[in-house]
Amino acid sequence: MSILEVRDLTVTFPGGIEAVRGVSYEVERGEVLGIVGESGSGKSVTSLAVMGLLPTNAVVSGSVKLHGQELLGMKEDEQIKVRGKTISMIFQDPLSAFTPVYTIGDQIAEAVRVHQNVGKDKAAKRAVELLDLVGIPNPGLRAKAFPHEFSGGMRQRAMIAMAIANDPDLLICDEPTTALDVTIQAQVLEVLKTAQQETGAGIVMITHDLGVIAGMADRVVVMYAGRPVEQGPVDDIYYRPRMPYTMGLLASIPRIDGEEGPLVPIDGNPPSPASLPPGCPFAPRCPMKVDMCDDEEPPLTPFGSGRHVACIRSHEIEHKGLTGADVFPVPVIPPNEVVRVPRAERPTVLELDDMIKHYPLLKGAIVKRRVGTVYAVDGISFDIAQGETLALVGESGCGKTTTLQQIMQLQPPEGGRVVVLGKDSAKLDKAGRKSLRGDLQIVFQDPMAALDPRMPVGDIIAEPLRAHGEKDVRPKVEELLELVGLAAEHAERYPQQFSGGQRQRIGIARALALEPKLLVLDEPVSALDVSIQAGVINLLDELKSRLGLSYLFVAHDLAVVRHLADRVAVMYLGRIAEIGTVEDVYDRPAHPYTQALLSAIPLPDPELERTRKRILLEGDLPSPADPPSGCRFRTRCPKFAVLSEAERRRCVDEEPSVARLANAVDHGAACHYAEEVEVITASDNQEEE
Amino acid sequence: MRSKVVLRRLFRNKQARYGTIALVVLVALAYLGPFVGPYDWTDKDFLAFLSPPGGDHWWGTTTIGQDMYAVTLRGMQKSIIIGFLVAIISTGLAAIVGAFAGYFGGWVDKVLMWGVDLLLVLPSFLIIAIISPRLREGASWLWFVVLLAAFSWMITSRVVRSMTLSLREREYVLAAVYMGIPRWKIIFRHIVPNLSSLLIIDATLNVSGAVIGEAALSFFGFGIQPPDVSLGTLIAEGSRNATGYPWLFAFPAGLLVLLVLSVNLIGDGLRDALDPGSNS
Amino acid sequence: MGRYLLRRLAINVILVAIAASLAYMLAATTMNPRGAYEGRQPPVAEAVIDATLDEYNLNDKTPVLVRYGTWAKGVITGDFGRTWNGGSVNNEMGRRIMVSLRLLLIGTLVGFAVGVALGAISAVKQYKLTDRFIGVSSFVIMAVPVFVLATLLAIATYNLNRGLGFSLIEYTGEYNPRLSGFDQFLNRLNHLILPTISLSLGLIAFYSRIQRNMMLDVLNQDFVRTAMAKGLRRRTALTKHALRTALIPAATYFAFAFGTMFTGATFTEKIFAWHGMGAWLVDSINQNDVNSVAAVTFFTAVCVLFAAFLSDLLVAALDPRVRVS
Ligand code: SF4
Ligand code: SF4
Repeated sequence: MSILEVRDLTVTFPGGIEAVRGVSYEVERGEVLGIVGESGSGKSVTSLAVMGLLPTNAVVSGSVKLHGQELLGMKEDEQIKVRGKTISMIFQDPLSAFTPVYTIGDQIAEAVRVHQNVGKDKAAKRAVELLDLVGIPNPGLRAKAFPHEFSGGMRQRAMIAMAIANDPDLLICDEPTTALDVTIQAQVLEVLKTAQQETGAGIVMITHDLGVIAGMADRVVVMYAGRPVEQGPVDDIYYRPRMPYTMGLLASIPRIDGEEGPLVPIDGNPPSPASLPPGCPFAPRCPMKVDMCDDEEPPLTPFGSGRHVACIRSHEIEHKGLTGADVFPVPVIPPNEVVRVPRAERPTVLELDDMIKHYPLLKGAIVKRRVGTVYAVDGISFDIAQGETLALVGESGCGKTTTLQQIMQLQPPEGGRVVVLGKDSAKLDKAGRKSLRGDLQIVFQDPMAALDPRMPVGDIIAEPLRAHGEKDVRPKVEELLELVGLAAEHAERYPQQFSGGQRQRIGIARALALEPKLLVLDEPVSALDVSIQAGVINLLDELKSRLGLSYLFVAHDLAVVRHLADRVAVMYLGRIAEIGTVEDVYDRPAHPYTQALLSAIPLPDPELERTRKRILLEGDLPSPADPPSGCRFRTRCPKFAVLSEAERRRCVDEEPSVARLANAVDHGAACHYAEEVEVITASDNQEEE
Repeated sequence: MRSKVVLRRLFRNKQARYGTIALVVLVALAYLGPFVGPYDWTDKDFLAFLSPPGGDHWWGTTTIGQDMYAVTLRGMQKSIIIGFLVAIISTGLAAIVGAFAGYFGGWVDKVLMWGVDLLLVLPSFLIIAIISPRLREGASWLWFVVLLAAFSWMITSRVVRSMTLSLREREYVLAAVYMGIPRWKIIFRHIVPNLSSLLIIDATLNVSGAVIGEAALSFFGFGIQPPDVSLGTLIAEGSRNATGYPWLFAFPAGLLVLLVLSVNLIGDGLRDALDPGSNS
Repeated sequence: MGRYLLRRLAINVILVAIAASLAYMLAATTMNPRGAYEGRQPPVAEAVIDATLDEYNLNDKTPVLVRYGTWAKGVITGDFGRTWNGGSVNNEMGRRIMVSLRLLLIGTLVGFAVGVALGAISAVKQYKLTDRFIGVSSFVIMAVPVFVLATLLAIATYNLNRGLGFSLIEYTGEYNPRLSGFDQFLNRLNHLILPTISLSLGLIAFYSRIQRNMMLDVLNQDFVRTAMAKGLRRRTALTKHALRTALIPAATYFAFAFGTMFTGATFTEKIFAWHGMGAWLVDSINQNDVNSVAAVTFFTAVCVLFAAFLSDLLVAALDPRVRVS
């Protein structure tokens, strides 16, 4: 019998906003059910409704049965017996999910004591055991720490510890790894698997990340506009999607093992729950739409064994064996003229030579004093040739944002040189700096924060033009809007009236206003939904070819990088670990960190995920205020762990610098024992062979 | 566009709606009321000292035979003007000082915040009380406004400063920096407009603060000087005889409370309407 | 830590010195203590007045900088000089601080405790009848200035006492000096009733608004949801997790109010005829009492800075996020 059975669940918020419109699923013991969807698809609201944690003004109907017992409409006295005992939940943002003023240990012990009749010290002891179980080093000590003293990954582990404190039968995980870096995500997913084995619980895994689901789930529900549009066993969904939305979604995500070339974009935006289209909610964006689709919303109908699809043309898709790439129009991106010239002959647009940026480390909120130095960027060098995209990748705290700010400021760096378009930033005067700004522009990560909410879009785009003394800006603004795929009349509107993807296009238009030669892209798509990402990536690709731009692309998403970049530099703790062409670095990574990073990224491919071998890193990033001696990666390096004592000496004493690998033209790694390995598709079987 | 949305939200808010209506009525009463009344505020009726409300003197008369209705409205005019002027000056000052201190940082910040600290430490009541009675020339009440404003902007400017510190890191401000726009221009184009919610709310609440502040100082004779009147001087006058001649106290005090209440209601409603997170 | 404290102390000492000096200069140049002696019947000889004023360091014939020098020297040794009629400012200050403390301690504590409680209730019952009632009441109370409120209270008591024919509630002064022992104690308490009400009502209204807003901010935060997901009742989650976190900002206001309360009760003290620090503020100006004005300024400055320090300490104590390791 299934643990949880959800039937026709609907959730309506005041104002007639139907956030969830008829969701049904069940979860068996030991099974992982994945729920995927973009923001606003109703996936999180569904799970809150199951837990009974929605605000009181939400109207919930349908049925939620736990072990056959109806949860909806239950009294609080009964509810509290179930919550945290039979069902537990793991929330997305572990910082705000812990009460800031109590210690982690106390909060876990509280969860124990709510449901078990044990004394204070026993509960405290159990909390320490649980922390140990989820792999927190020094659990006895760490239990006494406050939430803000934990790193993101540690907090999420603690959250898991709290959730399994009472041996629940069902775990609901709401985007449990979204806020985390990939290597930490891999660790946390591992802990989740352990927790599941430990408790034998069923898991409902809610995420937008198709890679995570592929590796975890047994069955998948795809949600769109508050309803499931397709559900079934994971392999069916991934390899034989039968609903255009799922097909598009799967085709639109860039993959680290993927090819270059344009991605498959899904045009438009998800509908707002306040104004749904009359028929199929996907119809406005669906390339296969026929007139009948507008008549009524296609119900979720059984399709083959154990799966359901909500599309009137699903049988046709099945019959013709269509895939996302067949159905969705793929834009043609003109070939890049500039790159015909060999790299060595092209001019260099940006050169960093041993650049250094240190910050004072301040401590205390009331008492601010300097207690050390943060070695944010500690001597990095790279160059970008015209028409080229260099991606700077690394996890949070690696120094990539500092690097970028240092370049954008055009001020003399603390150490080393920054040369933009042949001009040394240390030798610029005020006028020179201002004119150089026209050639160097930036696109920011968060499209909401990057646009002044109190200015109409036309003024936002015209701002750089006016600042550089242009008078007649109107035609230029219209031209720019069209260039990025918006309409001229959009100039009158305010940023709030646009969707995330459109806002990012506005940001790009503004950056292009002064016809720069080098564009710095700071995580330009990481804040966007998957189906929107592809369009923006294609636009950037196209602009590069058409305008002969060069990009410095800062990102943490290695799959996007593979798609957009020509060369990639991997950063770790303020230094470059590995640099080279995308093909070299991805297919033959030589630095142990790059290898771990690449192997940590989940692939949207269930079969591969099942057999893939992961290189798991231990622990967290060391503090950049106190980097390890010698090789900065040695504290977590899996290779270091297997080296002999004599070999290790070198890692501890001598800091490796980037050295070109023997058999490559453009590929270097900062490791004394660099060795090219293939990791992306490496599996256990291969190892044996 | 946005202002329309805010206005709509403001009027959907019950508090703000009543507050606005009350304020409009009060302002109309203060400025149009005197045309309706039979007496001028300077007239003295030597036949009616301290007569209770009724008859010709709607709200009664004072000890020297002035018509309470006329005098009170005249006092209210003064209080309203003082309230608005002080609010505008002090909020403007707070915005500029706070934004410059926060955006420029370094020694500009240090000097400005030091000034703020000093002003906070000085007992404003005492300083104004010493200075203002000595400003008996014609436009003394304008000086009084300046004094009140000079002592009521510091806390807001600190809030503005700390918000500027976070706005400074916003990407649209960075974008403007990277475009080569001068810093003072960034302050006026990107920082101050984005603080407007805070400033509008603050200005509203400053109106009521100033009205009360004026009345408080006048209560001890440190504010508006005779022969001019304000609600504060009238309340002071009235409270001395409040047990015997309640109308001397009730009318000015009642109007003061209504005035402050209506402004506060608007301020609170604005807070809800301007805060995109709230759902009222 | 130690160095930080020293620096903060130094800055504060400078601030206080500047504030007091400014107030002294302002008072010394604009006020006229001579007036108190000149108009007397029978007239006092000018030489005598000069001698008296010289003794009190109040003579406007002495250059103001010289007077300032004398005053400053005194202050550094802990002597704030003489009042307009020759009394010791130090003694006067000591006496008045005690009077204010007696009156204000209770008022402030009551105001804070009741206000926070009402605010929390209001937030939990958002948009319900209780919330609306508390909200409307605090709005009305906040719109009534203390001097109007105090006057109203006095009038009401006057009428009540007259109606009853005897003084049920005292409405002026600190105590009746004719009584002694336990009666005197009761009488003192009786005298406290009205001033305390007039003081704390405003505070209650103020804190209830603040606490309500803080609570509402916290109520929708994830950690309250987590607490409920653990299996806590809504009530428990709210009091144990939300209220505790939302107390932090209210406490900083409290510290401020505590530091500034001495001069904050000017109106209450004046109207109910208590001779505390707040009343002194007004009295010293009316009496052209230069040295007292400077002393009051000095005292308020110290209070404000101490309050700021106290609120920082309180936040550090309540909020582990800012606690200094
Ligand atoms: S029902 Fe029609 S519009 Fe909807 S997904 Fe299927 S083909 Fe597209
Ligand atoms: S130098 Fe040593 S520690 Fe560093 S990455 Fe290479 S093997 Fe690992």
